[in-house]
Amino acid sequence: MRRSESARAVDASSAGHAGVNSDGHAGESPDRRSNGPGGRSGGRSGDDVRPTRLRAVAVVIAVVTLLGVASVSALLGAADLGWTRVVREVWAQLTGGTSPLSATEAAIVWEVRVPRVVLAGLVGAALAVSGAAFQGVFRNPLADPYLLGAAAGAGMAATIVVVAAPQTTGWVLGPLPIAAFAGAIGGVSLTWLLGRSAGGGTAVLLLAGVAVASFLTAVQTFAQQLNTDTIKQVYSWMLGGLNTTGWREVLITVPYIGAAAVVLCLCARLLDVLAVGDDEAASLGVNPARVRVVVLLAASLATAAAVAVSGLIGFVGIVVPHVVRLLAGASYRVVVPLSLFGGATFLIITDYIARTAFAPAEVPIGVITAFTGAPFFLLVLRMYRGRLR
Amino acid sequence: MTALTLDAVSARYGTRVVTSDVSISVERGGWLAIIGPNGAGKSSLLKAVVGIVSHDGSVLLDGVPASSLSNRERAKAVAYAPQTPQLPDRLTVTDYALLGRTPHLSPLARERRSDLAVVSTVLERLDLGALATRALQTLSGGERQRAVLARVLAQESSLLLLDEPTTGLDIGHAQALLDLIDRLRHEEGATVVSTLHDLTLSAQYATQLLLLDNGKVVATGTPDQVLTRDTIERHYAATVEVLHTTSGQLVVAPTRESRIQT
Repeated sequence: MRRSESARAVDASSAGHAGVNSDGHAGESPDRRSNGPGGRSGGRSGDDVRPTRLRAVAVVIAVVTLLGVASVSALLGAADLGWTRVVREVWAQLTGGTSPLSATEAAIVWEVRVPRVVLAGLVGAALAVSGAAFQGVFRNPLADPYLLGAAAGAGMAATIVVVAAPQTTGWVLGPLPIAAFAGAIGGVSLTWLLGRSAGGGTAVLLLAGVAVASFLTAVQTFAQQLNTDTIKQVYSWMLGGLNTTGWREVLITVPYIGAAAVVLCLCARLLDVLAVGDDEAASLGVNPARVRVVVLLAASLATAAAVAVSGLIGFVGIVVPHVVRLLAGASYRVVVPLSLFGGATFLIITDYIARTAFAPAEVPIGVITAFTGAPFFLLVLRMYRGRLR
Repeated sequence: MTALTLDAVSARYGTRVVTSDVSISVERGGWLAIIGPNGAGKSSLLKAVVGIVSHDGSVLLDGVPASSLSNRERAKAVAYAPQTPQLPDRLTVTDYALLGRTPHLSPLARERRSDLAVVSTVLERLDLGALATRALQTLSGGERQRAVLARVLAQESSLLLLDEPTTGLDIGHAQALLDLIDRLRHEEGATVVSTLHDLTLSAQYATQLLLLDNGKVVATGTPDQVLTRDTIERHYAATVEVLHTTSGQLVVAPTRESRIQT
C-alpha cells in the first residue's frame, strides 16, 4: 500500500470509530464483504448507519404545529366571537352540552371558519408536495407548480369549463376537476418540451414556464371575457382565495389530493434515485422516464385539485420544501411527507393573515404568499449560486 | 471463467455508430482498461455494456446475454460510475451510498437492515465512516470519488464499470483510488472495466488493455503488447518514449521533439 493512502486510511479509520457502537460485530451481517481481510473493522451492523429518514419526532412536531396553527386560526377570525366562547362551543358539540353561541355564530364557526381552515390546509399541502415533486422530477430547486405553468394550465381549463358549463362546477366528478387536471398536465408538458427544445437547464426551464404561464393566463382572460355572466365568479377565483362556505370544496378536493399524496410519498425514494441523473438511475435498474411520468401525473393532479378550488396561489411549492430541507434533511423521503404538513401549516397561517390583517376587507391570499415567496425565491437562487445552469 | 464477453459490439446513438465491432472477453477478477485518444468512443462502449446506450452485437455477463436480463437483474450484475457523476449536493454520504441498493429493492420498497449493513461495511472499508453523515457538497475531490465508489460497491455487482475514475485527482489521490480498486478486485474477485486516459497508470494497474481509435479496436493484449512507442505515436499523434522503472514497471513518458537550447 502506498504511503499516501495508508496515511489517509489510518486517519480516517481512527476518526471513524469514535462514534461506532462497540457491539458492531459482523456476525449478524449477512454481507459477504465483511469476510474479506479488507474489512478491518469487521463491518458495523445496519443499526449504526444513519440514513436520512422520516423520524417519528419530526412527524410529531409537524402534526402538533399543524394542529396548533389550525386551532388558533379557527378560534380567531374576522368576526369577533371571543375565543373562549368558541372553545366552549366546540366542547358543547363534543359533549352535547349547551353552547354559548347563537345559531348564526355557530354557523360562522362550523360552516365558514372550520371548512376554510381545512381547505387552506389541503390546498397548501397539495401545492407544497407538488412543488417538491416537480423539483425532484426536473432536478431543479426552483421548480414550482406556479412557475412551471401547471397552475396556469389548470386555471385556464377550469375557466373554460366555468364559462362553457357553469351549472356543472359543483360536481365532485364533473368536468371541472378533469379539465383542471388535463390543463395542469398540459401546462407542465408544454413547459418541459419548450425548455428541452431550447437546450434544457434550470434557467431555461423556468423561462419556458414563464412564457407558457403568461400564454395560458392570456387564454384564460380571453375565455372569461366571452361570458359576462360568469366574469365576476371567474375573476375573484383567479386572484386566489379560499372564500368558501360549507364543506363542498373540501369534499371535492380530498379524494384527488389524498390519492396524489399517497403516490408521491411512495415514489419519494425513486426521486432520490433520479437525483443522480438519468444514466446512473438507469444503471441502477430504474426507468427514469416511467418514474417521471408517474410523479408528474400525481403532482399535476394535486396542483389541479388545489387550483380548482383556490385559484392561483404562487410560491408555496418553493418556500415549503426548501424550509423542510433546511430543517430536516434533503432526502425526498423526508421532504415529500413533511411538505404535506408544512404546506398545510404555511397556507393556514397565510390565509389567517389574509382574512384578518385588513378585516373586514380580505387581502387575496396569493398576494400574501407572493410577499413571502418572492424574496424566498431570491434566497434560494443565491443559495444555489453558481450551481444552476 | 469469463465475466464479460463482447461479441461484435457496436455502440450507437440512434443510427450513428460511435464504437464499432468490439470483441473481447475479460476473465473474472481481471481488470480491462479501455484506452484511446479523446473521442475514440471509450465512454460509449462502457455505456453500451451498462445498457444505457443502444448497441448491436451481444454482451454476455457471466455467460448470460445481457439482453435477456431485466433492468434490475442487469443492475445487480453490472455497476457503473460515469466520468462526471451527478452528486445531489445536500444528500449525505450514507444516503448516497444507499442508492446503490436500488436494484435489490422492488420499486416502492424501503431498505431492509441487511441493506444498511452492506452500506455500513462499504463505508467502513472505503474509510468513509467518519464522513457518513456529511453532505456530498462538503467533500473534497478525492472523498467524492470514494463516495461514488461506495455507491458502486453497495450495488454488490461482480462487474464494475468505471469511467475515468481518477478524473480530477492529483497523482497521489489517483494512486490511492486505483490501489483501493485493485485491492477490492483481489479480495472480492470483482472484475473491473475502466477507461483511463493516463497510459502509465493503465499499464500499472490493468491486466488487459483495449486501445480504441476513432471507434475501432486497434490493439488488445497485455500492457507490454499494446503500449509500444510506435502504436502510441500513431494513434495519439504524440511523441513519447516507453521506459521501464528500476523495478521493471512500464512508464509512458511524453518527450519534446525540439528543445530550446540555452
